[in-house]
Amino acid sequence: MFLRPSEHELHCLMVASLDGDGAAYRCLLEALTPLLRAYFRRRLHDDLSAHAEDLVQETLLALHARRMTFDPAFPFMAWVHAIARHKLIDFLRRSRRAVQVPLDDFAELLADPADGAALAGARLDVDALLSRLPERTRAVIAKTRLEGKSIAETSAETGLSVASVKVIVHRGILALRNQFGGKT
Amino acid sequence: MTDPGKELIDRLVRDLRPVPALALERRLLAALGLGLLGAAVLMAGLLGLRHDWAAMMASPVFLVKLAYAGGLALAGAVATARLARPLGRAGAALPTALAIVLVVAAAALLALAEAPAASRRELVLGRTALVCPFLIAMVSMPVLAGLLAVLRRLAPTRPLAAGAAAGLLGGAAGTMVYALHCPETGLPFVALWYTAGILLTTLLGAGLGKFCLRW
Repeated sequence: MFLRPSEHELHCLMVASLDGDGAAYRCLLEALTPLLRAYFRRRLHDDLSAHAEDLVQETLLALHARRMTFDPAFPFMAWVHAIARHKLIDFLRRSRRAVQVPLDDFAELLADPADGAALAGARLDVDALLSRLPERTRAVIAKTRLEGKSIAETSAETGLSVASVKVIVHRGILALRNQFGGKT
Repeated sequence: MTDPGKELIDRLVRDLRPVPALALERRLLAALGLGLLGAAVLMAGLLGLRHDWAAMMASPVFLVKLAYAGGLALAGAVATARLARPLGRAGAALPTALAIVLVVAAAALLALAEAPAASRRELVLGRTALVCPFLIAMVSMPVLAGLLAVLRRLAPTRPLAAGAAAGLLGGAAGTMVYALHCPETGLPFVALWYTAGILLTTLLGAGLGKFCLRW
């Protein structure tokens, strides 16, 4: 495990780097890399976390190209942090503008009607309506109108004649209509 | 397998050159110098030097013009150099600029109060009030453009403020050049229309900075 380098050490390395000391500069950049990596990883989540490494490199490049903006009278890490933060904000602004929602998310939602809260609510309303009907009528209407079974299937399952099933469905719907005054 | 991070560091170390003292200030000064040259060419080519320039240079109003614009340019220069660094703030430059404007405005009001009523209109409007702010902004453009070009390669983290500071410096420096053409002699005219020209350039700088100073 590496010890986190101190502000004083990094500041000295930076001052030497500004004088053109390549060894100090390499040491500085190698010390900064894991710090920057941790900084960006902490702040980028989910699908953006893959960009942390790019941002580390972009920040190192910016530190290099703009190193004359470092004033040795001020703390070194505050300067690094300001540039890293600027790069992060710039990246987030760019990625928000180009937000892409994968289309299959929508397809999934549409394919499963049980997912829709509105549909679930409608189903509860229908159950409440049916509960007011007599037991046999309710069963027949549920089979023919909700479960999508044919008159013949319903007749076979309930032991009622086809004609009786038709009559029960017709009367049941009429009863519901009378009770709530709605139109079917 | 080569590590891209290692490769980048190798490249940056190879590219390392010593940074001389005051490198940032020198770059801004170089941009200012080149910009002033451009402004002088623009002024002499499009507007023309005042024909009585030799006599004018000794006149008190011309010196006031230079001192006023010079003071604002100094405040703008300090602010620009500070805002060119990450986390830099304009600091005392903004109140200083405001104080300079207020002092000149107060002097202009005094001059106006002492002048006979009949000449007041002439003192405020002169003959070029309508064009003066726009000509100042035009003459200032080379300075502003040069400063923004340099700022782009520095590290301003407040693009709007940095652009405004460059606009203040550019506008004030351009005004010093424009004074060599300007035929006006009234202090109230200077306090009103020169200020308007510098303000216009400052606003232009702020707007341009917001868009140009991304890095």
